[in-house]
Amino acid sequence: MSDRLLVGTRKGLFTIVRKNGRWLVLEPSFLGDPVTAVLADPRDGTLYAALNLGHFGVKMRRSKDGGKTWDEHATPAYPPQPENAAGPAWKLVQVWVLEIGGGDEPGVLWAGTIPGGLFQSRDGGGTWSLNRSLWEHPARTEWMGGGYDAPGIHSICIDPRDRRRISVAVSTGGVWQSRDGGETWDVRASGMRAEYMPPERQGDPLVQDVHRMVSCRDRPDIFWAQHHNGVFRSTDGAASWQEVRTCALSCFGFAVAVDPNNADTAWFVPAIKDEKRVPVDAQLAVTRTRDGGRSFDVLREGLPSEPAYDLIYRHALDVDASGQRLAIGSTTGGLWISENRGDSWQCIAAHLPPIAAVRFAA
Amino acid sequence: MPRVVFTSNLQRYVSCPERDVHGTTVAQALAGVFADTPQIRDYVLDEQGHVRRHVHIYVDGRRIWDRERLSDAVRDDSEICVLQALSGG
Repeated sequence: MSDRLLVGTRKGLFTIVRKNGRWLVLEPSFLGDPVTAVLADPRDGTLYAALNLGHFGVKMRRSKDGGKTWDEHATPAYPPQPENAAGPAWKLVQVWVLEIGGGDEPGVLWAGTIPGGLFQSRDGGGTWSLNRSLWEHPARTEWMGGGYDAPGIHSICIDPRDRRRISVAVSTGGVWQSRDGGETWDVRASGMRAEYMPPERQGDPLVQDVHRMVSCRDRPDIFWAQHHNGVFRSTDGAASWQEVRTCALSCFGFAVAVDPNNADTAWFVPAIKDEKRVPVDAQLAVTRTRDGGRSFDVLREGLPSEPAYDLIYRHALDVDASGQRLAIGSTTGGLWISENRGDSWQCIAAHLPPIAAVRFAA
Repeated sequence: MPRVVFTSNLQRYVSCPERDVHGTTVAQALAGVFADTPQIRDYVLDEQGHVRRHVHIYVDGRRIWDRERLSDAVRDDSEICVLQALSGG
């Protein structure tokens, strides 16, 4: 089980460690700087953080000593923008998610960005290159902003059986999958529906606002997606999706996590859709299915009993490799950890800066 | 020689002391700075070479107008100030 949690916030990176049975909040790194994505590479222990400096752009930081010291390394950059290029400016707005490549390719990293970029590094973040085939796909300019002015890639799933199979989710632009290491891409959002669109476009894969997508480590053909207007599941490698209509409390939310060992178990943090985006009845709750979405438990033990308006963003729910420990971090700076699969939670900190991302380190 | 001055807020991330440079445009003047300290460039300009949205550059107290090609003229005794905008924090 993981004893270390990275927490990316609006005002820096916080590390939480478990010692003698208690979780402790260590001194922050980058205090004052927004941290938009974090990654702990289990292959070599390197930590990565993406900052979004308000004035001076996106910057990348890397630590090889467990977070004691950090160096600045290369930032993903878009190539020169041609005259009259359609779509948003070819300028990096934000690194939204960082993921490792396959277990047999140390140093390979992936970054999903706003606007709509997928970058790969083959040297542990020393250099980055834009995946041109996805960027230049004609459908890419059909993508729309979702939460931000420009569309972005927030979820990247690398199939542990075959690292050439890469699936990404776009807000807003559906799910895209490559089976050849990123050389060619196809949209794979069949079965999703977008109730915010005119009727004739609701089934269009390109307009699906997937808020977050995860796949199961031990059964990588099973995907879960928290979508703008529902929860969807795929059991065939994202070829088709089925809507899960049994969600407890609300089908709206941002985050989803799946048990790495059991694809039928997944967690969500529902909120009132979509204009309000606060917990249902002002009661923060995590929901869990253990039967592939046929039924859901509502898990509240240890979460605030008084009215709470905490929203959990799409990267602010994580489960560790054991499937036992979970963490959620809120927009109002609350951080909770469960050590029993969500059955009960303990408040680790109530007054952190707004939390964008939580991530267990091995 | 024109002189380039950076906001102290940038010093938090990268060393950028005041310095005298050569050139008759903002682009030429900053090119000298970037040649000496390449990492400053990425803090001031984006990947398209444009001034970052929340950075302002002033020449002798006037905000430059060409934020893409940085073609505003500078004199031999000009002071070029690279500042953070009040937005974007």
